[in-house]
Amino acid sequence: MKLAATAGGGLLLGFNWTNSGAATASVVNNTALAAGTEFNSYLSIAADGIVTIFSPNPEVGQGIKTAFPMIVAEELDVDWTKVKTVQAPLDKNKFERQVTGGSGAIPHSWKRLRQAGATARQMLMEAAAKRLNVPAGELSTEKGMVIHKASNKKLSYGELAADAAKLTAPTDVKLKDIKDFKLIGTSVKNVENKNLFTGKPLFGIDFHREGMLYAMIQRPSAFGMKIKSADVTAAKAMPGIVDVVTFNNNVAVVGKSTWQVMKARKALKVEYEKEGDLESTSDHDRLFTELMNNGEATERRKDGDVEAAFKNAAKVIKSEYQCPFLPHSPLEPMNFFAHVRPDGVELVGPTQTPDLARNETAKLLGIDPEKVTVEMTRMGGGFGRRLKADFAIEAVEVSRLVKAPVKLIWTREDDMTGGSYRPAVRYRFEAALDAQGNMIGYKLRGVGINAGNSTREHNFPSGAVDNLLIDSVEHKSPITTGAWRAPITNFLAFAEQSFLDEVAITAGKDPVQFRLDLLDKAKKAPVGEIKYDIDRMKAVIQLAAEKSGWGKKKDVAQGFSVYFSHLSYVAQVGEVAMQNGKPVLKKIYAAADCGVVVNLSGARQQVIGGVVDGLGHAMYGNLTFKEGAPEQTNYNSYRLIRINEIPEVEVHFVDNGIDPTGLGEPALPPTGAAVANAIFKATNKRLKNQPFIEQDAFKGVS
Amino acid sequence: MAKYKLQINSKSYQADVEPDTPLLWVLRDHLGLVGTKYGCGIAQCGACTVHVNGEAVRSCVLPVSAVGTSKVTTIEGLSEKGDHPVQVAWDEVDVAQCGYCQAGQIMTAAALLKKKPKPSSEEIDAAMTGNICRCGTYHRIRQAVQVASTKTK
Repeated sequence: MKLAATAGGGLLLGFNWTNSGAATASVVNNTALAAGTEFNSYLSIAADGIVTIFSPNPEVGQGIKTAFPMIVAEELDVDWTKVKTVQAPLDKNKFERQVTGGSGAIPHSWKRLRQAGATARQMLMEAAAKRLNVPAGELSTEKGMVIHKASNKKLSYGELAADAAKLTAPTDVKLKDIKDFKLIGTSVKNVENKNLFTGKPLFGIDFHREGMLYAMIQRPSAFGMKIKSADVTAAKAMPGIVDVVTFNNNVAVVGKSTWQVMKARKALKVEYEKEGDLESTSDHDRLFTELMNNGEATERRKDGDVEAAFKNAAKVIKSEYQCPFLPHSPLEPMNFFAHVRPDGVELVGPTQTPDLARNETAKLLGIDPEKVTVEMTRMGGGFGRRLKADFAIEAVEVSRLVKAPVKLIWTREDDMTGGSYRPAVRYRFEAALDAQGNMIGYKLRGVGINAGNSTREHNFPSGAVDNLLIDSVEHKSPITTGAWRAPITNFLAFAEQSFLDEVAITAGKDPVQFRLDLLDKAKKAPVGEIKYDIDRMKAVIQLAAEKSGWGKKKDVAQGFSVYFSHLSYVAQVGEVAMQNGKPVLKKIYAAADCGVVVNLSGARQQVIGGVVDGLGHAMYGNLTFKEGAPEQTNYNSYRLIRINEIPEVEVHFVDNGIDPTGLGEPALPPTGAAVANAIFKATNKRLKNQPFIEQDAFKGVS
Repeated sequence: MAKYKLQINSKSYQADVEPDTPLLWVLRDHLGLVGTKYGCGIAQCGACTVHVNGEAVRSCVLPVSAVGTSKVTTIEGLSEKGDHPVQVAWDEVDVAQCGYCQAGQIMTAAALLKKKPKPSSEEIDAAMTGNICRCGTYHRIRQAVQVASTKTK
């Protein structure tokens, strides 16, 4: 640990958790801090008692800029109204894992942030003990004050900060007992509310630098095409256009305003030619069937003797589920600012992975990564799209070619047609039941288009079935794919939880009891490795069943679903009522176990938002292709869920005091099946493919 | 290029732009009022919503040449101190996730409440359905409009 007296005489703490197990302390000056010595995360306390806490991770709407400082503030025992939170830039020397992805920020940083707050608190108490000449053990803290009860004396953190800065930081601090938390677990409003609701420039697309140029890129019209020739004369002659440059398969129009480059781009005459296969959705449908039956499968998990189990089965259930490609559609389209100068590169923009943007820039330009600075703006959504750095690199390419600071913007059409989609996948499930209706065999084959491993072979029900085979087949396509909120599980969970519903019903068992029995079996006689926590999964199942009055309601049809992802557990119950002969989704109950809830308001947002996102894309999301070109290009043809289409959502959290696990994604995967299983209960129609709106059960329903 | 005199947030602005430039890009690129957001460019998402003579309008499809002497209000000018009942309600209910769409949501809600101070849940949905929130904050948007309606005199 490092600390420094601030210019105002306050305490500035730097924490380095990577170099050694215990934090070490030394006094450094402010300049050194700003320039970046070995700090990991830090906070400062000014003489006026204002505490500034830096949040190193990119804010995408998951609420990290509120939640991270809350954790520090809890252990510091500071008045939340005196806390200022600041987005830290990319700095590998000070921070680690400056990534927004995998629902991993809070689980990764939980202990580190608590220790940061607790260390500062202890130093402030030591400074107070000296000042008051009393043993530190007689002191307590509350809302930014050190209190000596016996003498009724109080000293504010601001008063003590300068003295505390002269102390050696303790290496072993005691963290609060979870039951003593005052801030963690409460609802704290997003720290950015005021700025968001008054229109302050926060997002990448809002960034402005005097003299910067605007750029848009014309990309190939279809996946599998490349540039044959480009006539840029007309575009170049249009008002406000400074230059038109070509790199790779891109033609970039650079000018003085967004509208001017948008218009000039339309005047480009670019001819493309075939470079690879031009695939259509009908080709994918055919490929799925072919590869499902004859594809070269990679085995992912095998337990027992599957062939024997299916041969000896009293009953076999077989079912296939399919989903389309999806664009991420964050409302703020891709954009980035880059200024390539002779002495280095400045990057500013919305990214989930600032370090990747830096490294790819350095690689492209053949320079030391240290010469690339990255400032992270707030992101208008990401959903995985901003895990990639392609748009940042495009800005770098253009800035290098035109030798000027450039803000590169994608239009909505660019965003929807530009690739990096959720891969299209088809699954085949098979279950073998014995005469008593026990699932003695289970097979899953996933066929994915640029999906990698389209299964999650160690997830439930693996471990609960004696004979199991999970494998996957991959088709390589020119259509680019990438991580999409809850990668793979965003559809796999729907397919698996729908199939288990089919199995339970065929076996004549209650779908909730069926899952609980499997989990009990896995606990008693585990088959192979079990990589989920059986008790935690049972607890969310039971909580969802209890809160929803599972099986006790006469007026609605209920559907059940549970899924483990990103180290958290979420069970959901969908409720459908028939109105005028049509199924209407009325309500979804969600029971989540993400361990300790940090910010109740933000956590509820993540669960409700995950449910709405999961529902919306299951219902409507559909990106189709014709000869390599996406057929939907904007929100008029690609449907996103709207306010009049949401059911009531009721959220419950399991209170178990376990260190926090992820919450940005885990509420999304179970939703589709909770809804589809309820629709089956109501209509006897099984939704097997997404989007639901295109399926028979929904024909005529809008 | 032509010079346009615009009345925005009770101030006079001048922009030297082409006549077909949408008001959205005049606000963002030329006047530095970036609170109004680009989302789709075809009046489908509502992120660019501003008030023109008190009516909620999609600025991404409104050419600057059509604005004339109309009074334009953007999120920056909805209130002087950020304390319009809708803004206060949005904070109280803690509506935002990423927040990108919220300026447009707020402008649509403010226009609704001006016309209909006590809207029903159905009326709220009908008015707000043109505004997409990709994060799925719709429940809180609906709640915040209701809270704002109790604050509107």
